[in-house]
Amino acid sequence: MNKLKIILSGIVKNNPTFVLVLGMCPTLGTTTSAENGMGMGLATMAVLILSNLVISLVKNIIPDKVRIPAFIVIIASFVTIIQMLMQAFVPALYASLGVFIPLIVVNCIILGRAEAFASKNNAFDSMLDGIGIGLGFTLSLTVIGAVREVLGSGAIFGYSFGIADYMPLIFVLAPGAFLVLGYLMVLFNKLAKK
Amino acid sequence: MELSYFAIIIGAIFVNNVVLAQFLGICPFLGVSSKVETSLGMGAAVTFVMAIASVVAWLIQTYVLVPLDIVYMQTIVFILVIAALVQMVEIILKKVSPSLYQALGIFLPLITTNCAVLGVAILMIQKEFNLLQSVTYSVATALGFALALVLFAGIRERLDFEDVPKAFKGVPIALITAGILAMAFMGFSGLV
Repeated sequence: MNKLKIILSGIVKNNPTFVLVLGMCPTLGTTTSAENGMGMGLATMAVLILSNLVISLVKNIIPDKVRIPAFIVIIASFVTIIQMLMQAFVPALYASLGVFIPLIVVNCIILGRAEAFASKNNAFDSMLDGIGIGLGFTLSLTVIGAVREVLGSGAIFGYSFGIADYMPLIFVLAPGAFLVLGYLMVLFNKLAKK
Repeated sequence: MELSYFAIIIGAIFVNNVVLAQFLGICPFLGVSSKVETSLGMGAAVTFVMAIASVVAWLIQTYVLVPLDIVYMQTIVFILVIAALVQMVEIILKKVSPSLYQALGIFLPLITTNCAVLGVAILMIQKEFNLLQSVTYSVATALGFALALVLFAGIRERLDFEDVPKAFKGVPIALITAGILAMAFMGFSGLV
């Protein structure tokens, strides 16, 4: 399989957010700003790459019957590591992402890729798949976060345009998450069909 | 933490609705909410598991993780406990109440990956609830989940008969509907 193709397919053809519609909870819950969306995406990507790598290395040792619990333990260990690292080095981001960091464990993207890709392919390809899907996820989250931040608080990556008072706050609140993701998905469908 | 039980219940069902305000359990919310009947089944299954999971998680946190000073193991321990619990509930229900098992059947295994269950377990520890408050909170949250699911299913049943533009079909229109529903739920904010 073409190495570059593995990465690219994760970004466009198998985009976890817009095509596979996986991992919706963090997608909606953490994209109040471009920075938060990107932080969440990168944290998920780190877990995904590491868990894909390890799972593809140990896939022959684990008996088929207990493979799901074993995968979950591997994923949960990496989530805990990332959680502790973020708490130590980016405490502000850690606080604003809150409960969604430990919830990376139950993000269906990660278990989904472990089952669909890492348990069937070699370590290097699995890592590339993690990078591709992770990039696709990070990109989607950053875009959603950026749209919500611009519309809701008149800023991007924290740089304010000084028009915050005139922007509809609803976009950074809960309903805005659903609406923005819904309309972006429509846009993605339209562009992808052409 | 001094919080009346009534405030916990109203807060968890309406003000901070688990799906529409906290974004937990979105997958089943979008996945199984196309019929009112199935959403009632899912709601019941989640309420059942969440109530038991919160008790077990609280006991483990208070009597195992904190005394042994291994709170950082929380995520790993909780997810394993929930997965084991779902399996156990499934086995016990099959023996004790086959009719209930038939009704909940297909939804039970799906609950392990429902982030609302793990989310509530982590949140109630963060809020420093005692055991009774934790159970109240988790049952109320689950009821809020069921309420959102049933409301949404009712809307989607009607939506099936509407002429939706092609690019909006499926998930996008569901998300936009959920957005409007979330807006309606914002009316409750400030209640507690």
